[in-house]
Amino acid sequence: MLSTIYALLFYGATILIVVGVAAKIRKYAATPAPLKIPTTPAPTTRGGVVLRMLREVIFFESLFKSNKWIWLFGWMFHMALWLVIIRHLRYTIPGNTPWLLDFLQPFGKYAGFAMVLGLLGLWARRFLVDRVRYISNPSDHLILALLVAIGLSGLTMKFVAHTDVVAVKAFMSGLWTFKINTLPTDPFILIHLTLVLILMIIFPISKLLHAPGVFFSPSRNQVDNPREQRHIAPWAAELEK
Amino acid sequence: MADGDTNIPKLDDPLQVPCIKPGAMEGLQPFLASPEHNKALGFPEELVPDWKEKALAKMKELADKNRAFQVYLDICVKCGACTDKCHYFLGTADPKNMPVARQDLLRSVYRRYFTFAGKYFPWLVGARDLTKEVLDEWYSYYHQCSECRRCSVFCPYGIDTAEITMAARDILDAVGYGMKYSNEIIGKVHTVGNNLGLNPKALAATLEDLEEDIEDETGVSVRLPIDEHGADILLVTPSADFFAEPHIDGLIGYAKVFHQAGVSWTLSSYASEAANFGLFIGNYENMRLVSQRIRKAAKDLGVKRIIFGECGHAWRVAYSFLNTLAGPWDFLDPKYPVPQHILEFTWNEIQQGNLTLDPSRNDHMTVTFHDSCNVARGSRMGDMPGGQFEIPRNVIKAVCNNFVDMDQDTIHESTLCCGGGGGLLTDDLMDLRIKGASPRMTALQKTTEESGVTHMAAICAICKTQFSKVMPKYGYDMDSIVSVHQLVSNAIILDGQETDDDADE
Ligand code: SF4
Ligand code: SF4
Repeated sequence: MLSTIYALLFYGATILIVVGVAAKIRKYAATPAPLKIPTTPAPTTRGGVVLRMLREVIFFESLFKSNKWIWLFGWMFHMALWLVIIRHLRYTIPGNTPWLLDFLQPFGKYAGFAMVLGLLGLWARRFLVDRVRYISNPSDHLILALLVAIGLSGLTMKFVAHTDVVAVKAFMSGLWTFKINTLPTDPFILIHLTLVLILMIIFPISKLLHAPGVFFSPSRNQVDNPREQRHIAPWAAELEK
Repeated sequence: MADGDTNIPKLDDPLQVPCIKPGAMEGLQPFLASPEHNKALGFPEELVPDWKEKALAKMKELADKNRAFQVYLDICVKCGACTDKCHYFLGTADPKNMPVARQDLLRSVYRRYFTFAGKYFPWLVGARDLTKEVLDEWYSYYHQCSECRRCSVFCPYGIDTAEITMAARDILDAVGYGMKYSNEIIGKVHTVGNNLGLNPKALAATLEDLEEDIEDETGVSVRLPIDEHGADILLVTPSADFFAEPHIDGLIGYAKVFHQAGVSWTLSSYASEAANFGLFIGNYENMRLVSQRIRKAAKDLGVKRIIFGECGHAWRVAYSFLNTLAGPWDFLDPKYPVPQHILEFTWNEIQQGNLTLDPSRNDHMTVTFHDSCNVARGSRMGDMPGGQFEIPRNVIKAVCNNFVDMDQDTIHESTLCCGGGGGLLTDDLMDLRIKGASPRMTALQKTTEESGVTHMAAICAICKTQFSKVMPKYGYDMDSIVSVHQLVSNAIILDGQETDDDADE
């Protein structure tokens, strides 16, 4: 029964996040940028823009220039998150995982701590720095709380109260082929999964949209070539008729 | 309201971050545009009765027409990286002058009406209804942003508060709640051709006077032609260059460079303005109309190329937008980029060795350079990214022996606004202008103490005017701000110029 409910919730949440994010991406892609507004100095070629974007999303270049504390905590959290996600592939995709993922497993194990630490650092700033306190809404605190809780419940299962990982893997990987296997019922796995479900559901309606959104930011993704190439939005071209 | 004298913020360091003082600048508002000013620009004459519906409709329209607006409203994570990057926050400590908080004034309303979370859980995401108080708050704080883009440099997603400010002003104009200073000026450009409302006759007379001045000074007849058909180059320059100090010395500098380069050039009385305040009010249509004047002038005069004089936002509009707004430029000589900056031209002439320069004529000064926001973060010069920083400095170093840069984190892309850009160069905002200038002034004071800097050079008409007004408040003479081409003008030796040894008067 419980397994069925969770399976359905996972299907529902997956549909919501995929459809929701796809709809947003479509909206961003379909909305024209009427003017050339890269923050200069900006690359003068497409290739240069790809590099600029990579530096932003891999190293958080602008954030590094801006504030070393936010960079440290933010970068630590995001990079740890990647490792943790990679680690979780083992529990969610059927069969054996490729050797590269196996190789990254131990890193993912400790990345959980880095992730929570980074989050706590970011959260502390929301209380300690008057400027950041001023701009924080309840939702900003709640999202941090949610992520911290996900991290802590996960760490608890790894280091304190083990869950039946084999059964979890059977359940999660069964979902791919619409097979509902039995989910363990110890509290931490249920809490962990519930929080992840919430995260998936709020993703397309919250600031978590920054993940796909950054790629659509005109000040970062435009090529600096306005004199060489005429740039005109369809609605603006109408004005010329 | 302009009680700046008693209120100059004392900073130990240009980028010193204050503790927030909520409400510090509350209620500061520039004068409202009059019905005639609004009408001339195609806006409702005064606040319309159904302003709320109209404002929301306009917000929706902008979100559909402008990706930046849509994306920036959605993706801010409130990380706070931008909170200490705005010179108006550094100078006033008002938390609503922190870039993200400024965006939130509008984002809160966008969320309330256009997002799921804001519709059903407004308290959770800080969403709020659009009320008259909110509208007034917009009017106040969106006129405390100079659209300088400094925040955009430091945001991990490049969120540019200037884009939000422009959208907010566009919305305000759409409901008849526009600002006097910018709207009045744009009206003058539409009717007369320049911000100052100088008619062709007055303009021609001014230029004649200048020609006489140059001849008196140098003994050489240097022309400042206007409306000359068949000239090769159309020079478009801010109208402040025709009468204000130190702008006018810059204009003399351009004329001398053109003269020595032996090119034929002309000004246009129809397009006698490089500035384009359509940018400031975020209104595409007005910005386009102003730009179209340049296209028409170029066609009518039959020129081959277009060069812009020293002006910050004008260069952004020219470099980044002119091709969009008034192109394509296929009727001009394809050998040259359209448009070019006067500094690109001058630097090229210097490199070619076409100018005789005597930098010692500027030896009475130690000069630093103020990167203007719109040039630094919204445009380029030359072929390489960052040319907008190198070329002006190269020219200055070619004509001045004593040059010193200010602190690294206050120049180039991190440059600090003069405090008067973005349509705020009006006396009704003097208090804000003085406070907003304090980070830049503190950086300057530091170089004065450490390296004996006496003068600051700039390439923006607004910067020059703003600094000549506020520098006296910070212990400098008003002529401590100079045009870059004024330095060129001092150093250049024209063919046939009588060079006496007591050159520096
Ligand atoms: S730096 Fe960018 S994401 Fe961070 S608070 Fe400012 S605008 Fe938002
Ligand atoms: S654009 Fe400039 S003036 Fe406006 S909020 Fe950003 S830093 Fe401040």
